[in-house]
Amino acid sequence: MYEKLWNSHVVAGDPAGRALIYIDKHLLHEVSTPQSFELLRTNNLRLHRPATQLAVADHAVPTRVRTLPLPPGLAHDQVALLEANCTEFGIELLPLEDSRQGIVHVISPEQGFTLPGITLVCGDSHTATHGAFGALAFGIGASECGTVMATQCLWQNRAKTMRVKFNGILQPGVSTKDLILALIGKIGAAGASGHVIEFAGSVITAASMEARMSLCNMAIEAGSRTGLIAPDDTTFNYLHGRPRAPEGSLWDDAITAWRKLPSEPDAQFDQELTIDSSNIGPQVTWGTSPDQVGAIDAPVPDSSGGSSTEKARAYMGIEAGRPLEGLPIDYAFIGSCTNGRIEDLRAAAAVIRGRKVASGVTALVVPGSGEVKAQAESEGLDTIFRAAGFEWHNSGCSLCVAMNGDLIPPGQRCVSTSNRNFEGRQGPGARTHLASPATVTASAIAGCLADIRKTV
Amino acid sequence: MTKFSSISAHAISLPDDDVDTDIIYPARFLLITEREGLARYAFADRVSNGDKRIGADHSAPILIAGRNFGCGSSREHAVWALAALGVKVILAPSFGEIFRTNCANNGILAGIVAESRIAMLRMAADASEQLLVDLTSQTVSCKGEGVPFMIGEAERESLLNGWNETTRILSLYAQNIAHFEQNQRAEAPWLWASEAQKEYN
Repeated sequence: MYEKLWNSHVVAGDPAGRALIYIDKHLLHEVSTPQSFELLRTNNLRLHRPATQLAVADHAVPTRVRTLPLPPGLAHDQVALLEANCTEFGIELLPLEDSRQGIVHVISPEQGFTLPGITLVCGDSHTATHGAFGALAFGIGASECGTVMATQCLWQNRAKTMRVKFNGILQPGVSTKDLILALIGKIGAAGASGHVIEFAGSVITAASMEARMSLCNMAIEAGSRTGLIAPDDTTFNYLHGRPRAPEGSLWDDAITAWRKLPSEPDAQFDQELTIDSSNIGPQVTWGTSPDQVGAIDAPVPDSSGGSSTEKARAYMGIEAGRPLEGLPIDYAFIGSCTNGRIEDLRAAAAVIRGRKVASGVTALVVPGSGEVKAQAESEGLDTIFRAAGFEWHNSGCSLCVAMNGDLIPPGQRCVSTSNRNFEGRQGPGARTHLASPATVTASAIAGCLADIRKTV
Repeated sequence: MTKFSSISAHAISLPDDDVDTDIIYPARFLLITEREGLARYAFADRVSNGDKRIGADHSAPILIAGRNFGCGSSREHAVWALAALGVKVILAPSFGEIFRTNCANNGILAGIVAESRIAMLRMAADASEQLLVDLTSQTVSCKGEGVPFMIGEAERESLLNGWNETTRILSLYAQNIAHFEQNQRAEAPWLWASEAQKEYN
């Protein structure tokens, strides 16, 4: 499939063996583009195809209180700059007051901007998310965003391919978030470096688009810029009728083309891995890299894991040899481009069953988009969360990147549905444990890291 | 972009593996919309926690880093902050992929040195010895002993010539792009629907 996507986007080659790859779509947000627009201005360049660009503010926006205009400050200025740049260059922006606003990687599929067979980039490493639709999608830097805006192209080296098949039957309460964490733990944070990962197998075939997106989202945490899943009827049913999806005869033509995208039965991969998902328990990270992860009932590794293990344990304040289960927490966060979609919120709400967040724990739900929020409210999920003691926020990246005012204090412990447990990711000195929405909710109620299998 | 061919300078060794871009440039400083003057934010949280191996007050033009350096977030601020520290060359056994591209786009040499050869460079850095990094021969040497490093052929050429990739694509490949677009319009018209509608109106 990667080969097909690649071949259909080669504009030219160079003597160094690279290919100039055509970029069909570009998502913009407020953080990674100010300097890209500056690049256009400095070089006196125009935007090549405004219609292929879509902008939204998500990283810096407050989620607790969303009164507009935003209060004076850096976030206000950054969002205002995105608005001004989009106006100047003729790019469509979904404004903060619009229900379609949200995290780039949530709103793009929601609006049908993400389509199978396309190349899609964004100045954000979690752009791999869109590979769930059979799109060649990858994160880029701000300079490259400028290059894409001016030329619609990027020089790329062809990647190697890795197919990961998830077969078997998922244990109760286990989700694709647990699968991707288990994979990262198995192959390492650079295990798929230089590779495009194609996810396949019976578990993937049966998975919803939301579940597939959670999986592809974290490909970068295994070192790969791109995760891919073959488009099928689940993909097409998700996209059909979405605002920006093709309509009428174009839809029919598109479907015909998209059905040709999946890898051929005899396709060769540089690496192949088959995982029996039945053996994967709920996963929780214990360290400061996403590959420092294990099943919730497994012991935290001792110093035989090397100096980085010891350093991570020291930062996280965890002794070796104990299981993660039972470790007291201070915060619980449900949201992000990994797990901020409607299905994630449903999975979390289903765990509550009339119980309350443990005293001393601050728990937040931050929907991935205004549309997710509205849908959740129409299903009464907000009432369930609020009654249980969860804060119910407006959409944005929030505690996944902690640059909008939502912050975990130093030394405090947060169980989080986000994608990175790096040092200081949720605030200086904050300790992050990555887990699935179900595990995060069960832990919020228990007041400590909890095994979801014991409550479902 | 300024051309790069060689540099003779001191180095800092930062052997930690998986140093992510959140460590290099903490997220809360991403609210800053400029690319200049970011030196004081480089490794800011580590510095304030007493880890002063590299930061605004202690730096060198050459950085000998650990495995998977610059993994994680695509933030180019990490590269701009390193550039503001005066870093011109980063040598490591491996890099985060987006970070490596960001380096190339900012005239910073990100070279891969085999794990087995990097210890010598670390010792030289720790002993405050001068290293000579030569892009033409792709070697880094200390007291006459050379160690090869790898860099993509295209990145190498771009650094040596100080090319601006964006304007270069426009001046050399405009025809190819137009040709590609003509074909795609015919083969995948759904990707051109809104523009076609506009033209029709």
